Amino acid sequence: MSVVVRTSGAAGGASATRRIRAALGPAARAERAALEKRHPEIFAGSRTARAGGVAVVAGLVGLLVFALLRLDFSFARIGSGIAQLAHFLTLMIPPSSGTWVRFGLFVHALGETVAIALVGTLAAAVLAFPVGFLAARNVVPGRFLHFFARRGLDTIRGVDTLIWALIWINVVGLGPFAGVLAIMSSDFGAFGKLFSETIEAVDRKPVEGVVSTGGSRLAEIRFAILPQILPVVAGQVLYYVESNTRSATIIGIVGAGGIGMFLSEAIHTLEWQQVSLLVLMILVAVAVIDQISARIRFAVIGDRRIEV
Amino acid sequence: MPTTLPRLPDDRLRTLVAAHAEAVGATRRRTLWSVAALIAVVIVAGFVAEVDPVKLVSRIGAFGDYLGRIAVFDNGDHVGRPVLVAPGEWMWGIGHWSRLILDTLLIAYAGTLVGAVAAFVLSFLAARNLGRHPVLRIAVKRFLEFCRTVPELVFALVFVIAFGLGALPGVLALAIHTTGALGKLFGELVENIDMRPVEGLTASGGSWWQTVRFAVVPQIAANFAGYALLRFEINVRGASVMGFVGAGGIGQDLLEAIRKFYYADVSAILVLIIATVMVIDRATERLRHRLTGLEGRA
Repeated sequence: MSVVVRTSGAAGGASATRRIRAALGPAARAERAALEKRHPEIFAGSRTARAGGVAVVAGLVGLLVFALLRLDFSFARIGSGIAQLAHFLTLMIPPSSGTWVRFGLFVHALGETVAIALVGTLAAAVLAFPVGFLAARNVVPGRFLHFFARRGLDTIRGVDTLIWALIWINVVGLGPFAGVLAIMSSDFGAFGKLFSETIEAVDRKPVEGVVSTGGSRLAEIRFAILPQILPVVAGQVLYYVESNTRSATIIGIVGAGGIGMFLSEAIHTLEWQQVSLLVLMILVAVAVIDQISARIRFAVIGDRRIEV
Repeated sequence: MPTTLPRLPDDRLRTLVAAHAEAVGATRRRTLWSVAALIAVVIVAGFVAEVDPVKLVSRIGAFGDYLGRIAVFDNGDHVGRPVLVAPGEWMWGIGHWSRLILDTLLIAYAGTLVGAVAAFVLSFLAARNLGRHPVLRIAVKRFLEFCRTVPELVFALVFVIAFGLGALPGVLALAIHTTGALGKLFGELVENIDMRPVEGLTASGGSWWQTVRFAVVPQIAANFAGYALLRFEINVRGASVMGFVGAGGIGQDLLEAIRKFYYADVSAILVLIIATVMVIDRATERLRHRLTGLEGRA
C-alpha cells in the first residue's frame, strides 16, 4: 500500500503535520495486525518492566490516599472552599490600597523586602565562602573536619528561614534586621554546601600547573581554584538573590520586616483589594529582579547553566 | 642540583611587562568599578533593611544564650541540667510530635504528588516544541509563573480562611507552588528533547497524545522523577512551617514553644525536624542517583 501526502513546501507547519497524521494514521494502522503477527516480541513489551511501573504507580496512589484520609480530606470541604475563594476573587477587584499614605507604606515595605534579600544573601555568601573550602574534599584532606563541616551545614540548612527569623527576633528584636539575619543563616548552610561541591568539581590541571612552578598552598587557591569557581559562585549567588526576594516577602508574617507583615494583616482583616495589590506588587518586583539578575548573570558568565 | 631559569634581556622584559599590565589593567579596573557599585548598593540596602552591626555585636551574646537555654531544662526534676541527661523527659512529647512529623511528611508528599501531576500535564502545553496553540501556551506559562512567584505561605494564609484550619490548605498551597516550580523545569526538559522520535511518531500517523506518550515521556520520565524528588525535599522544609499560619503539621507546636518560651521543647522539636529533613535528604539523594543510573542504561 502506498500513500501520497502533498504539502505545500515550507508553508506547512502545524497544518502540514495535521495533514500528514490524517493521511498516514489509517494507513499505518491498517498494517498493524500483520506487523503484530510478524514481530510479536516487540509488541508484547517487557512484562516485568510493566509490572514494576504499575507497582510504583499503585504505591504512589496508595500513599496519597492514605495521606488524604489522615489529613481529613473531604470533597465537601474542597467544594465550599473553592466557592469561598471565588467570592474572595470578586472582592479583590480592583486592587487598591485605600489611601495614598498606605500605598507609600507598601512601597517602603517592598523596598525593605528587596533590601533584606540582597543584604542577607550577600552576607551569607561572604560567610560561607571560606567554609566552602573547609568542606571541600580536595582542599582540606582531613576526613574528620570535612565530615563535621558538611554535617554542620546540613543542620543549618535543615532549619527553615521562618524558624531562623523567630530565633533572631528573640536576639535583635522585631524588624527587618532579624529578617536579614534569618536569610543569612539559612543560606549560609545552602551556600556552604553548593560552594564546596563547586570547589570539588574544579579542574585539577591549573592546580598542578601552580604546584609545578613552586606555588604555595595559598597561591594554588588564588590562581588555580578561584578563577575557576568565581563565575559559577556569582551565578549561584544571583540565583539565590532572586529566590530570596520571594522568601523575604513572607518573613514579615512572623514580624521580621518587609511586605509580609502588611500582606498577612490584609489577609487576616479580609481587605481583599489590598491583598491583590500587594500580590501584584510582589509579582512586579520579582519580575524586575529576575530581569536584572539575568542581565548581570549574562555579563558575568555568558549563557551557561548553573547547577543549584 | 642547582636550577637556573633563563632570563630575558631587560628592554624586552620591559615591553612585555608593560603589555601585560595594560591587558590586565582594563579588566581589573572594570572589576573594581563593579565591586564599588555593588558595595554602594549594599550600603543603601543595609540602611533600608536597618542593618545594625553594633546591635548585633552587643546582642550576639543573647544568641548564644538562647542556644544555651534551649539546651538545658528550665523546670522539672532536672532544672539547669543539659537536656541530654534525661532524654526521656526532654522528648516527653515524642508520641505527639512524631505524629505531627508524619503529618508534615504527608502534607509534603500529597502536595508534591498533586503538584507534580499538574505540572506534568501543563508542561506539555507550555513547551514550545509541542504546544498546540500559541495563546494557550502563553496563558499556561503566565499561570505557572504566578504559581511559583507567590510564596506558598501566602497561598496557605488565604486558603486557611477559605477552607478552614488544618492540613488541607497546607496541601493545596504546596501543590500550587509545586505546580509552578516544576512546570517550569518540566517545560524546559520537554523543550530540550530529541525531536527524532516525535517525527517518527508523526510520520507513522500517531495522534498528539500518542506522540507525547511514546516519543516524549520515555525521554524525560527519569528526569521528571528526579526533579519531583528534589521538590519533595524542599516541600518537607516548607511543610514544617505551614503550621505557623495554621495549615497543619509540626509548625504549630514549634511556633507555640518559641512564643511561649518552652525552651527545652524548642530544642526537642528542632532536633526532630532537622533529623527528619536529613533522613529525607539522604533517601531522596539515593533514589535520585538510582534514577540517573536507570537513565544511563535506557
